[in-house]
Amino acid sequence: MGLLSKKDSKLILDPLADNNPITIQVLGICSALAITAELKASIVMAISVLFVLGIGNVVISLMRNIIPSKIRIIVQLVVVAALVIIVDQVLKAFAYELSKTLSVFVGLIITNCIIMGRFEAFALANGPWRSFLDGIGNAAGYGLILIIVGFFRELLGSGTLLGIPVLGNPIPGELSGLYAYGYENNGFMLLSPMALIVVGIIIWIQRSRNKALIED
Amino acid sequence: MMENKTDKNSYTILFAIGMVLVVGGLLAFTASSLKPAIYENVRLEKQQNILYAMGINDNDESSAVFISTDKAPQEFEANIKDQIVITVDADGKILKTQTRDEYFEETKEEPYLIDVKKQKANMKEGKPRKLPLFVGERDGKTYYVAPIYGKGLWDAIWGYVAVDKDMVVRGAYFDHKGETPGLGANIKQRFFMDDFYGEHLLTEAGVFKGIVVAKGNADPKNNDKTDNEVDAIAGATITGDGVTAMIKSDLKLYMPYFESIKNNN
Repeated sequence: MGLLSKKDSKLILDPLADNNPITIQVLGICSALAITAELKASIVMAISVLFVLGIGNVVISLMRNIIPSKIRIIVQLVVVAALVIIVDQVLKAFAYELSKTLSVFVGLIITNCIIMGRFEAFALANGPWRSFLDGIGNAAGYGLILIIVGFFRELLGSGTLLGIPVLGNPIPGELSGLYAYGYENNGFMLLSPMALIVVGIIIWIQRSRNKALIED
Repeated sequence: MMENKTDKNSYTILFAIGMVLVVGGLLAFTASSLKPAIYENVRLEKQQNILYAMGINDNDESSAVFISTDKAPQEFEANIKDQIVITVDADGKILKTQTRDEYFEETKEEPYLIDVKKQKANMKEGKPRKLPLFVGERDGKTYYVAPIYGKGLWDAIWGYVAVDKDMVVRGAYFDHKGETPGLGANIKQRFFMDDFYGEHLLTEAGVFKGIVVAKGNADPKNNDKTDNEVDAIAGATITGDGVTAMIKSDLKLYMPYFESIKNNN
């Protein structure tokens, strides 16, 4: 059984598949559309959300008995915004290059509905350790989908992965690899609608393999 | 009993005030204690950007790499011969031209730290605008590096363009605050920036035209350097238009200065 009890490991594993925040709970779609044109951006976003959601859930959980219920949403918003801004400032001071990569995501993390959703649905009613696991689990489930979508969009849209060409050289006159056989990048993959379609395909595959997920 | 306490209006208000004080204090403390380190990073980045534009960088085959931050100050010192500050009025007429030392004497500020965004806003309000121009020398050639600033699709974009005395581009660096990854964000990629090398800012008749980021210009390999066009990034039309616009509006202001150095020779 190892480190975690069955109930605890369910907190981590459930959001990866059967209760995935994107494909099942349909949260965090906006950022899944916005930043998955590149695999690298997807990975950076996944790690950022993992960090913010893990810590944010613990903070909210610790405060859960003193937060006035009338303004709890605002309190959650303040906690996540403060957390993100502090992280951003620290990175700017000590890891400037990394912070430039992340700066695009700061706003997207604050407004990410998964974060608010988990605060509201889980951290307000559970202890810090369980909230931490829930945060990590949901962020991982979110990140997993992000990385899958980013992988296909970058591969089919630009013919690269993490910026490295993997399908050959597409420049006219110097064609090599797949391009030599007339293959062309699909620029449409780089546009947001294709993220929605890729997410849709993932939802389709997931539900056709597990009938229990299909709603009436 | 616990729930009753947290439901009370007085408790809610006190909690809100307390939260604002604690979080506000925390953020203010973080910001002010980290400010010097952040400022230093920004300063070094500007030096790296300017050096990058004039070809002093650690580029490998395909990606853009700055020279390291610990080397940047010496390289900047060694390669930038002067930092000219041209002050123009709202119509772009030159009011005065200062060397780095003259400018430093007057303002106690290094010209490369001039806030281009603020200067641009000044001009819009009808006030004079300071235009910094960094004169670099490398391998016996003179580079004039000018900062440019504009807006892309989501937020600010900016860059540094190095030209020779005939306003032919000898290097360019672009950056952005929040353009779309994979699309507009690619303006800081080599395949886009390198296309500017050798492009002419003037038409053959010597009139300022700028460089248009053009779609379908039938010259994707960018062999024609005198067409005032580079190939656009597919899916990044607005960002590309932003680059076109900032080159046009900002570099045009340097035109009278280049005419004056030409006439002096």
